[in-house]
Amino acid sequence: MLRYLTKRLMLLVGIVFVISVGSFYLIHLLPGNPATVILGFGATPEAKAILYRQLGLSKPIYLQYFVWLGNILHGNLGVSFISQTKVSSVVRSALPIDAEIIILSQIMAFAAAIPTAMRSARKPDGIVDRVLGATSFTLLSIPPYILIVVLVLFISIKLGVSGTGPSAYVSLGTDWITNLESLSLPAFTLATVSFVVYYRVLRSDLIATLQEEFITMARSKGISQRRIMWRHAFRPSAVALLGAASVNIGGLLAAGFVVQYLLQIPGLGYTLILAINESDFLVVQGIVLTVSVLVVAINFFFDFVINMVDPRISRE
Amino acid sequence: MSSFSLEEAALMVERPEKSEPLGLFFWICVFWIGLNVFGAIFANILPIQNPLNENFNAINVGPGLHHLFGTDDLGRDIFSRIVYGSRVSITVGMGAILIGFGVGAPLGMLAAYRRGRFDSYLTTIMYVLLAFPAIIATIAVLSFWTPRSLFKIIVVIGIASIPLVYRVIRTATLSVATKDYVIAAKVQGATDRRILMKELLPNIAPIAVSFFLIGVATVITLEGALAFLGLSVNPPTPSWGNMINEARTVLTQNVWLAFFPSLALCLFLIALNFIGDRIRSHFDVTEVKL
Repeated sequence: MLRYLTKRLMLLVGIVFVISVGSFYLIHLLPGNPATVILGFGATPEAKAILYRQLGLSKPIYLQYFVWLGNILHGNLGVSFISQTKVSSVVRSALPIDAEIIILSQIMAFAAAIPTAMRSARKPDGIVDRVLGATSFTLLSIPPYILIVVLVLFISIKLGVSGTGPSAYVSLGTDWITNLESLSLPAFTLATVSFVVYYRVLRSDLIATLQEEFITMARSKGISQRRIMWRHAFRPSAVALLGAASVNIGGLLAAGFVVQYLLQIPGLGYTLILAINESDFLVVQGIVLTVSVLVVAINFFFDFVINMVDPRISRE
Repeated sequence: MSSFSLEEAALMVERPEKSEPLGLFFWICVFWIGLNVFGAIFANILPIQNPLNENFNAINVGPGLHHLFGTDDLGRDIFSRIVYGSRVSITVGMGAILIGFGVGAPLGMLAAYRRGRFDSYLTTIMYVLLAFPAIIATIAVLSFWTPRSLFKIIVVIGIASIPLVYRVIRTATLSVATKDYVIAAKVQGATDRRILMKELLPNIAPIAVSFFLIGVATVITLEGALAFLGLSVNPPTPSWGNMINEARTVLTQNVWLAFFPSLALCLFLIALNFIGDRIRSHFDVTEVKL
């Protein structure tokens, strides 16, 4: 266990290192002198001096990395040269919105996937299983950016449900009911994307588990179908579900970007695209770095939890 | 059961279980993909309108005889824009996955065949790269690496797909590398090259083809998302993603503008995913564990 954990921690450090080098190097992908591109030609010498200090631009490139890394580790992601606000506070105000959308969507996805997968697994190749299978297969091929357009078209425009359309976002602190209304379509879209994955993973895992001998044993003891499903079959399969959820998180964040962009919800995604269009590169860099580290950290955490639940994994 | 003779029973044991038939829908999907690829290749020879031609006398016209799928807010023919738009999606999808397979597949096969230190180092490196959220990395690189072009998009997504391809091919190769016929070939003194090409490659081909098709579908979805965010090829060049993006501002005036490219994209993805899925189950390779 301890050996497993140290191995994973070392990998985590390696991954974060690669992410930091990658994010750092982004600035140097810009054509020409980074300072001129970031600030524009009419920049004041003061602004240039700040940027040079932030990025260590006058030093050789490997030293620049350490200057930059030192700033990052002190929580200093730089200053947006368009809004003049700290990148760290931009990220801090946008991140909770992404978190809220994802948490809402995951609740919906699990609530839909667990009962349907159980129903399918009880009679594989039965009518219910076939219908659900075909539905999930079709949903798999509908990207979130099409789903959200369809939802907005029918629910916000055709049915005229207020508070769900573009730029209807209200923050959680202002009014939680309108906030939930404005996030309902994004959360539903992400929930659909996740549902497909969870349904398919859980269904096939449950079918495999239900063929195990301990299920036959439980059946022969006369334990009710319901209890067998939840206590005997679902519990081991939950590990696979947790794994799927962990792998899913990066894709979910990206799907969230698209949805926020359409509805102008000021989460990380919308902020990121605005920053890209305004060439506000330090904001882009800050968001990319935060999101990547977050995804890796969440994956690591889930890995740890899965390992705690199912110790067989760490022996591999 | 009792009516079988001994010979028959022996035959049944030896012959592998009959695999699932491909079915009619499979061939419909193959035809659909073929039709799209044909349209993409011969778009400028086919008798369709110029996708960039703006006709201000026919703005936001619904589907009809003159314009099969109608026109957009600049009077451009939606049908021909979809046919031309398929070029971007198909080129990016194929190109990126070809890069992924070109690098990832040989490395994966070699690592699984050689094992040892080479395998463990390479797998660790790929694992680190895999942990990097690929979509976010792609958005990041494309937003900095300006000006954007089709070539850059293909390269970025292609590189991002290498570790995924590596993992799938390595796992598939591992499952056949210890089979008796491989050992037999080794004992007979076959060269590594021969074993890799003649023994291993044909046996992992179904998985590779299946994953290739599903990979193309995934990349096309990703390109669509990038185009939707305005990070793919620049307008006025049509692509399915940027057509949907342009349609979102006129959603209330012209529904067809969003409908047809979305439909084209979804049908193409369903066909690709279905073919990929069917090939995998047809060759019954589900027991391969990741």
